[in-house]
Amino acid sequence: MAVIEVKDIRKVYTETKVPVYAVNGIALSFEKGEFAAIVGPSGSGKTTLLNILGGIDVPSEGEVIIDKKHIASLSSRQLIDFRLKNIGFVFQSYNLIPVLTAIENVEFILQLQGQSKNERRKRAQQLLNEVGLGDRVNDRPAQLSGGQQQRVAVARALASRPQFVLADEPTANLDSKSTENLLNIMEKLNREEGITFIFSTHDSRVVKKARRVITIEDGCVVSDERIAPNNI
Amino acid sequence: MAWRNLWRNKRRTFITITSILFAMFFALVMRSMQKGSYANMVDNVVGSYTGYIQIHGADYWDKKTIDESLDASEFSEEEISELKNVKGLVPRLESFALASSENVTKGTLLTGIIPEKENVFTGLFEKIVDGKYLETGDGQVMLAEKLASYLKLGLGDTLVLISKGYHGVSAAGKYAVKGILHFPSPELNKQLVYMNLEDCQAFFGTENRLTSYVVLLGRHDPKIIAQTRDAIRKTLSQSYEVMSWEEMMPELVQIIESDNASGKIMLGILYMIIAFGIMGTIMMMTLERIREFGVMVAVGMQKFKLGLVVLFETLLMGIIGIILGSGLSMPFIYYYYLNPIRLTGDAAASIESFGVEPIMPFAWESSFYLNQALVVLVITLITGLYPFFKVIKLEPVDALKSK
Ligand SMILES: Nc1ncnc2c1ncn2[C@@H]1O[C@H](COP(=O)(O)OP(=O)(O)OP(=O)(O)O)[C@@H](O)[C@H]1O
Ligand SMILES: [Mg+2]
Repeated sequence: MAVIEVKDIRKVYTETKVPVYAVNGIALSFEKGEFAAIVGPSGSGKTTLLNILGGIDVPSEGEVIIDKKHIASLSSRQLIDFRLKNIGFVFQSYNLIPVLTAIENVEFILQLQGQSKNERRKRAQQLLNEVGLGDRVNDRPAQLSGGQQQRVAVARALASRPQFVLADEPTANLDSKSTENLLNIMEKLNREEGITFIFSTHDSRVVKKARRVITIEDGCVVSDERIAPNNI
Repeated sequence: MAWRNLWRNKRRTFITITSILFAMFFALVMRSMQKGSYANMVDNVVGSYTGYIQIHGADYWDKKTIDESLDASEFSEEEISELKNVKGLVPRLESFALASSENVTKGTLLTGIIPEKENVFTGLFEKIVDGKYLETGDGQVMLAEKLASYLKLGLGDTLVLISKGYHGVSAAGKYAVKGILHFPSPELNKQLVYMNLEDCQAFFGTENRLTSYVVLLGRHDPKIIAQTRDAIRKTLSQSYEVMSWEEMMPELVQIIESDNASGKIMLGILYMIIAFGIMGTIMMMTLERIREFGVMVAVGMQKFKLGLVVLFETLLMGIIGIILGSGLSMPFIYYYYLNPIRLTGDAAASIESFGVEPIMPFAWESSFYLNQALVVLVITLITGLYPFFKVIKLEPVDALKSK
């Protein structure tokens, strides 16, 4: 059963001199528990695709069905609520809310869901422990390194126990050690909690860890390979 | 949440609050200055001489001759004194008279008064700079300072007064100078002569007549003045006229009104500058935070809720700015209220020509604080709508892309 399915989606930007097809006819579906990488050169449409998959962006054409819901049928309010409950986001950069501490950034999602102060403190602390930042909970984003910030972002993305996490180049600004670290955390959560991860990347080391690699170029899927689990 | 945002980003909050604070400060200082100078005008002329309401014989104010005076023995002072807001009546007999000393002559405004009553109203006693205050039956006069020096008269010297009395009788008399008075209004300081009412009535041959009653009021707001004037009019017959200071001195009203109008334009300009200042600061802050807002909405915060938080932040900063601005302006305004700025040069001359002391005191009253606070609050609220709608219309995809 597919958790996310996109049918023949296109995204065209017409404000430019020549219309730009950022996504040009993509059909994909993702199963529960996948650990999938979207790769492709810069400008190929990775971010656009992920944004559409996460319901932040709307395609100019085609259908997006997440958890059996047609995204186009939801109102703006419902869509925001839907994202809150089902999707965790890690953005390419500038992920965290600068005025909030690490733990408050994680709690933010839980606060939106209306959890009590004690409950959300506990969960946020636990998540930050898991990403190895249990001792930096009261630091603000500006006081954390890029890798640490991305780990907080992952913790935040997981806070609401989403069905899946979309991560746009989560390791883009990280050194190899932080990259490794972050990937291990993501893998562990995928394996132990069955959370679906879909992430875009340039990085071959990241690609190696994926169990499915979707390559796109100029807004089209050029290959979609599944790697058997025993190959990892 | 709003509190936390403000507290955590001190620089941003500080800048915004400061811009609102200065807005409030300048608006208050400016308004206080304007109010103060009107109050000064009214006070100088009305409060210290004319009074807010006067009762005359019919037609007196137009003709200004003692032939239009009223007969005090036919006038019921009690009836008027019993009216609401009336504290008392100060009887006067005023007319022009030529004053001469040994070899100088000058036109003066001769006023017959009941010394104690006059003092209650104008604080005339306080204005004595030399000599003593009049007492009933002493047959002497008090002179305004400038007049005395013009006539080269000192205490105990003799002043000769000549005039035309009631229905054309000739009036003349010699009086010893008992006191010298100082009036803030230069016009009054040049021409006032005071004597006892009975002496004055004897001088003009008017028997028991008066040119005017100054009505003392408990309070001086325009509404009370108008109400009381109408009430007195109703009580009195057609043979009297009752006038408020605005009716007696339309020129003064005009000056104040035109001054007030230009003051309001200035204030309007100030508000615009303020509005643009606050708007600029808030717009910068908003644009700076677009990505932050984008992240919040992308991860699931409702735009309307976020909009409200941001609006509330602006409002909070507005209120803090207003409170601090008022607080800061208070000692400043109070200082200039106690130590008015003294004008010099042309400005001073033009004000003096209306008989007003050329000073610019600040008004120390609470009434306009509320108005200014409201105006600044409304400006802040309107500016606060910018980030609100910016958030409401925000598309997270675009917001995340903005730098
Ligand atoms: N708002 C926009 N207006 C016009 N063109 C746009 C807009 N946003 C994206 N594009 C174009 O769409 C294409 C895909 O952009 P996208 O950001 O999805 O690429 P990407 O694969 O994520 O690139 P990168 O690896 O550099 O992040 C690019 O050619 C880009 O120029
Ligand atoms: Mg991208």
